[in-house]
Amino acid sequence: MEATIAPQHDEHATTTGLDHRKMLMWAFLGSDCLFFGSLIATYLIYRGQSIRGPFPYEVFDIPYTSVSAFVLLMSSLTMVLALSAIQRGDERNLRIWLIATAILGSVFLGGQVYEFTLFVSEGVTVKTNLFGTTFFVLTGFHGAHVTVGVFMLFTLVGASFAGNVKQHQSINVELVGLYWHFVDIVWIVIFTVVYLVEAPAIEAAKAALGH
Amino acid sequence: MSHASEHDSSHPSPSRYVGIALILAIVTGVEVWIVYQSYLTDIMVPLLLVLSIGKFAMVVMYFMHLKFDSRLFAILFVGGLLLTLGVLTALFALFSRVYFA
Repeated sequence: MEATIAPQHDEHATTTGLDHRKMLMWAFLGSDCLFFGSLIATYLIYRGQSIRGPFPYEVFDIPYTSVSAFVLLMSSLTMVLALSAIQRGDERNLRIWLIATAILGSVFLGGQVYEFTLFVSEGVTVKTNLFGTTFFVLTGFHGAHVTVGVFMLFTLVGASFAGNVKQHQSINVELVGLYWHFVDIVWIVIFTVVYLVEAPAIEAAKAALGH
Repeated sequence: MSHASEHDSSHPSPSRYVGIALILAIVTGVEVWIVYQSYLTDIMVPLLLVLSIGKFAMVVMYFMHLKFDSRLFAILFVGGLLLTLGVLTALFALFSRVYFA
């Protein structure tokens, strides 16, 4: 069933009839596609080109990363529920869903820090080989985006507690939401083209070791 | 005068969002299941790409409301995506010559 919610943004008369801030955010996200596209292309081009290990199939843990991917995916749900709440004027649920989103984002980041630490302990650093360099640059920049997103979420929570996020200002939540969903869709791509495609190699390596 | 709010007046309800998230979670589970099926190894990559493109599109259309919003926003974002695909194609073409010549 479709609800008919009419978000009440701050009214600005613009030449397009569209909110310029939202236009700017979409333009930014379009340009950020190029940024991540280039990093993903670089990773894929150098995939399998490392002369010495450790190699991806030696360090990746697909079940662990799958849980991280699930956590980030669910944070998109809580984010959109926060927007839905403020569009109905429900400030209490806005705060609950924003805090939930920030916590899920923080859990994802914690998981990434743990994964990076594990990789470094197994000898994969940004300087080790082509895999290490391209992997850490790609996932590191994604993690930096998530960190910025978590910061924006906590800022919104603080602003809401201060009474500065009202129904007619739902555009502010929407802008943060657009950014947050973007980091989610980037991870959808990274999860597939970086991690999941390595699963057969991981299984083959385990079989070779007799596990 | 039309405003931004008039373009997104029919966002899904919260229960619809939960339904969409459930579908996304199930598709993620299917993706993980696929990579452990040895008989699917030959078609694994195309299958995963189709599923992840589906997830990508669902988040953009429903969670980011591009399906309900102004077409101008879609042009800005899809324009960036098309440019990205162009860059990817150019890079792969360039480097495939280096590695596979």
